[in-house]
Amino acid sequence: MSEITKSELDRRTLLRRAAAVGLVAAPGVSFLSACAGSDDNGDDTKQATGTKSADNPLGIDPKAGIEIVIFDGGLGTKYATDVDTPLYNSKWPDSKVTYSATQQVATTIKPRLNSGTAPDMINNSGSDIMDFGAIVKAGQAADLSDLFAAPSLDIAGKTVAETLVPGAVQQGTYDGKPFAVNYSFTVFGLWYNKKLFAKNNWTIPTTWADFTALLDKIKAAGITPFGYAGANASYYMVRAIMTSAAKIGTEQVLKDIDNLKPGAWTNDAVKQAAAAWGEIGKKYINPSFLGLKHTEVQLQQNQDKVAFYPCGSWLENEQAASTPAGFEYAMMTYPSVTASDKLPAAAINAAAGEIYFAAAKSKNPQGGKEYLRTMLSKKAALEFTKLTKSLTVVAGAADGVTISPGLTSANDALGKAGQDVFMGYLFDTWYKKLDDASREAANQLMFKGGDAQKFCDTMEAASQAVAKDSSITKFTRS
Amino acid sequence: MRHGKYPFIIGFLVVPLALYLVFVVGAYLQMFQLSLTDWSGYGGFTYIGVENFQKLWDDSVFWIALRHNLYLLIVMPIVTIALALFFAFLLNSGGKKAGGVWGSKVYRVIFFFPQLLALAIVAVIFGRVFGSDKSGMINGLLPQSWTPWLFLADERWALTCILVVLVWQAVGFYVVLFSAGMGSIAEEIYEAAALDGATKVTLFFKITLPLLWDTLQVAWVYLGIAAFDAFALVNIMSVNHGGPNNSTQVLSMQIYLNAFQNSQAGYASALGVVLFFLTLTFAALTLRVTRRDAVAA
Repeated sequence: MSEITKSELDRRTLLRRAAAVGLVAAPGVSFLSACAGSDDNGDDTKQATGTKSADNPLGIDPKAGIEIVIFDGGLGTKYATDVDTPLYNSKWPDSKVTYSATQQVATTIKPRLNSGTAPDMINNSGSDIMDFGAIVKAGQAADLSDLFAAPSLDIAGKTVAETLVPGAVQQGTYDGKPFAVNYSFTVFGLWYNKKLFAKNNWTIPTTWADFTALLDKIKAAGITPFGYAGANASYYMVRAIMTSAAKIGTEQVLKDIDNLKPGAWTNDAVKQAAAAWGEIGKKYINPSFLGLKHTEVQLQQNQDKVAFYPCGSWLENEQAASTPAGFEYAMMTYPSVTASDKLPAAAINAAAGEIYFAAAKSKNPQGGKEYLRTMLSKKAALEFTKLTKSLTVVAGAADGVTISPGLTSANDALGKAGQDVFMGYLFDTWYKKLDDASREAANQLMFKGGDAQKFCDTMEAASQAVAKDSSITKFTRS
Repeated sequence: MRHGKYPFIIGFLVVPLALYLVFVVGAYLQMFQLSLTDWSGYGGFTYIGVENFQKLWDDSVFWIALRHNLYLLIVMPIVTIALALFFAFLLNSGGKKAGGVWGSKVYRVIFFFPQLLALAIVAVIFGRVFGSDKSGMINGLLPQSWTPWLFLADERWALTCILVVLVWQAVGFYVVLFSAGMGSIAEEIYEAAALDGATKVTLFFKITLPLLWDTLQVAWVYLGIAAFDAFALVNIMSVNHGGPNNSTQVLSMQIYLNAFQNSQAGYASALGVVLFFLTLTFAALTLRVTRRDAVAA
């Protein structure tokens, strides 16, 4: 579809900024760079290797099998079984791909990492996600430098890195070395039923006053205006609050938060965002949502019982089976909170996500990387987008393809945002404890009266507790 | 015969004993070791002495979790044992000949039924029973005009909801246990008392209860240890893993979160060590305080 081409440039600008996000692991760094790929346990398993050639840039052993593990969640697993594996096997017919899917990534993979029998390529995702910073620090993730330097599988004359949206490599970079492929490209916003809104002549607001006026109208129509699932999806709300904070005070607000800078959470921008959202929670949310899970609230939205739902662009695919004919997903960007917001209303939060990595201590890490190279081919990326209704970090892969309505609207929003697309925050993956605290604080803010000061103070305290805790590996970004 | 006896017994014991040593005792020993390290759970580690325990002392969530465990420890055994005794007495009504209430054999099976379900299934079922909107069973039974009760989403009641499920799940087992205990009380004692004109209530308090003391003691220790756990229910049922606002947080949940989510396996082991000693202390205290001589005197 042409929109994809149109916004390609904008996505690039966005990720050029994100490109600055070289993550620097402060302690444990020398150890980290020294042992990535090597084995400090002494019991080196024999790893499969072959001869490097133009056709085999990663030097894999064509006869050695690989084992991959895919997270079975919102994106499904079809792209791996029906696209990536056949594609890989068409080039390497003698390499047997052992595939398994799991919803419990940490539970199934972590013991294997620790016992030195890791699968070769792992999709680290879902609610049972492994702390990737800890994996990198422990030398369990393979250095992907050679993968990104290798020529692309099907885009002539370019290395793998050159085929990606700028910033995609950096997002998985720790201490100057890439360890993860963040494969899917997610746009965050407020999702609604386009048909319902058209029927009621509800127009999409850009200012907070218009937003609340619309929410009042929706409420009068007997529909819960806004909602999210408190029981297990409160991080969707954290994303909403943080996006608003960034719009008020630019992405620097979020960078300060990631860097655990004292006072980052009590910053005026955060306070204003929390106050605005707290008000929404007080007036427009159904209190029972605190006890519900994401699919339950999403289902209610599909039944037109909830108007707006904050989420990423995976939502449409996740709900595909429950979406009735009268429902058409569309996404709007978060409205400006104040008249003096530093970013325009069209500004948007979009980021590469969904971690795939090759295990450093597996039998065939090079094979795992080759599988990743297959995934990063244009053909695989295109099929992924078709199957999952999610964009990938492979630039322009979805060109000339008809995509789903929800993704189209997300893509339009990206186009309108122009330069003002920002990557967002990383504290949730860097510091799981802070992530937990933010989920709880968002629930408290939205369901317990909207006390913005309390939200800021709680988070500030949690952030400083992490800063003081010497056992937690710190990261910084700029 | 006597000659082959020891190899025979040892042959039976050696496998379970080895399994126990490796997977229980070994795991405990390793936990003690890890509690003194900064292990993240993914690679190597260094020894940091008692730093984890100092951190624990300053951790407000630890104290909240501990308070909730103590609450469960006090309330759950009392409620469970009281209910189980009541039901068991109704089923047996003192003495075999007297018989229990009508249909008591059927009830016995029904009471025991929750024991047959895996705890995770119980948690999922009760998650739906306590659903916070009209799709929840209890709220669905309420009249349409009522505002739904939040149950697990209400921090004042969330822990009580979990307590209710813990009790529901446990009662049946103790009904059967106490029934067996009651069945072993000699018939003559009841007869003699009945001839003296004792009412059923008197029979219960003067005969059944004292003679059941050993069984009660065991029940108390078991239930206490269960109260220190409660992990499965909290993990599956509670909002946001121990929420809202830590109102259902328990030590076992904290161990899980720190070990598997926060990459702080060392710290989690320190929590585990604390839990180990708490459970041990509790069991020892219970056995000591409820010693039989109080009754025998």
